[in-house]
Amino acid sequence: MEIEELYQEVILDHSRRPRNFGELPDAAVRVHGDNPACGDEIHLAVKFDGGGGLEDIKFTGRGCAISQASASLMTMKLKGKSRGEAMEMLRAFHYLVTNDAGDGPKTLGDLRVMKGVRNFPQRVKCAMLPWRAIEQAFEQGAGEATVSTEPA
Amino acid sequence: MPVRLGPMPLGNRRGREYYRQSWIFANALRTTRSTLVASQSPFGAAHFERVTFDSLEYRWRIAEREADYGVHKAACSTVDWKALREDFPILREQAHGHPLIYFDSAATSQKPRAVIEALRNFYEHENANVHRGLHTLSSRATEAYEKARQRVAEYIGAASADEIVFTRGTTESINLVAQAWGGKFVREGDVILLTEMEHHSNLVPWQLLAERTGARLRFVPVLDDGTLDLEQLPALLTPEVKLFGFTHISNSLGTINPVAELCEKAHAVGALTLVDAAQSVGHLSIDVQELGCDFMAFSGHKMCGPTGIGALYTRREILDSIPPWHGGGEMIVSVALERSAFKKPPHRFEAGTPNIAGAIGLAAAIDYVDRIGRAAIFEHDSQLARYAFERVNELPGTRVFGPAEERGALVGFVMEAAHPHDVTTFADEYGLALRGGHHCNQPLMRRFSVSGTTRASFYFYNTMEEIDRMIEILDKAARFFS
Repeated sequence: MEIEELYQEVILDHSRRPRNFGELPDAAVRVHGDNPACGDEIHLAVKFDGGGGLEDIKFTGRGCAISQASASLMTMKLKGKSRGEAMEMLRAFHYLVTNDAGDGPKTLGDLRVMKGVRNFPQRVKCAMLPWRAIEQAFEQGAGEATVSTEPA
Repeated sequence: MPVRLGPMPLGNRRGREYYRQSWIFANALRTTRSTLVASQSPFGAAHFERVTFDSLEYRWRIAEREADYGVHKAACSTVDWKALREDFPILREQAHGHPLIYFDSAATSQKPRAVIEALRNFYEHENANVHRGLHTLSSRATEAYEKARQRVAEYIGAASADEIVFTRGTTESINLVAQAWGGKFVREGDVILLTEMEHHSNLVPWQLLAERTGARLRFVPVLDDGTLDLEQLPALLTPEVKLFGFTHISNSLGTINPVAELCEKAHAVGALTLVDAAQSVGHLSIDVQELGCDFMAFSGHKMCGPTGIGALYTRREILDSIPPWHGGGEMIVSVALERSAFKKPPHRFEAGTPNIAGAIGLAAAIDYVDRIGRAAIFEHDSQLARYAFERVNELPGTRVFGPAEERGALVGFVMEAAHPHDVTTFADEYGLALRGGHHCNQPLMRRFSVSGTTRASFYFYNTMEEIDRMIEILDKAARFFS
């Protein structure tokens, strides 16, 4: 059934007990992402290391199982990655959830459990919300920013 | 079930007293007759409901209260609801290998064959542009289009067809009022009074007007039970209020607002009233003159009609004072290079080729709905809504919004175990069409501290069995996600 492909056990687990969920007091950037179509929101806090890579990421917010699990999996995956690596992963992940691309590249690791989203086009934005936020965090570099799945 | 006498008069005291007596008399007669039949029945009289004059008085009081809410009841037990489903070819569709359960009629209703055929018939036999052509088809099209206007007027109890402007739907109707009427009559410092439960379509047009004119917006708060906080009304409804706009039935809460009472109070301070009837016009009998509203906006597609057609009712005296809105063909008497003379309403507000087929489809929808009878539809849908409310409320970890008793044909809820979008995606997998999200009610969602709800909305083609099936699926979803 497609529904079980979408909501794989790993996804349900991450949505029930999201990893890296919480505050990051000494964050360099805070990005507030929202999906106005459903009212979901994510607050992503990012700390960079000396070379501009991701030292730590945490998030808070509320949303559906897909957006929560996507954020949880993303924060685990991106810790320690450079900006280039993170953006490459964003592209690969977006391709995975929007195209019939098999299991996607091995580099995506656990993120590949999200591939079922491709059968639910209305849910792609849920999966992409945290990724839009991290993209914005790199753009911003410091301070606060907002990002939306519906560009004004 | 009480005997049906047609819509109850609302405004006029004498009319109401006459109606009251006829109502009681007719029901008493019916009771006598059924008792007579019962005494000849092998099962004895006990099988028949015994109704005394006392209980008829009581029932009258209930009926009267319902009339205040623009609600009329009638026996719905005589309608073969299951057979009506056959009129809707789409209800035979499957989704993900399951029979379709369509619980999204508050977004748009399904269309009976009669409406689909009316559109087809128009395009096959009558299609031409209206009002200008001198040929046969143009006369046919014009006649059908204007007959549709007449039909809409009768359907909502307007005094004349001239009070009906065809629009694309509720949203365009409200924008017409906000821009054309508001543009002329609303000034800086004036107040537009709305409620916290308005659909974005009865909020954003007023925000735009307020920005342009310097007018202010005020809102009647919503209580925890989903009804309007009418105790606040005297403080809000002051002489600065130029218009009080409110929904008849909330599309998220199911609340039925007391239209007649609100109109009367608004008029007492000299304010006009606009009723958003999108969720009510296909579900209960409406008489704009009895309700006493000045504007009423609604869409055809939520009451079995096609999309892209709706109407604005405006009381004649007001209509004549409103300047043109959109300019173009069809709305002019004569045009010179520098200036033009405009037609009288309603044509003044219908620039360009209108949605002719849509209007004709809407008239077919009205015929269809009226053949069933809105009083019967309301009773049927209320039973579904009350039943759904009770059943969803029994599910553990579920919060249902809006009043439990008197409610429109929908139930909005949230489940602890799962987000509305997850519930909706899950339900779809079982052929159940629900809606998850903010339902164009973002301020209301904030008022109840939720990002969105899951909504099941019903129409006369839905059944109790479908609700039972929904409960099974929701139960499954709760276990799946927790």
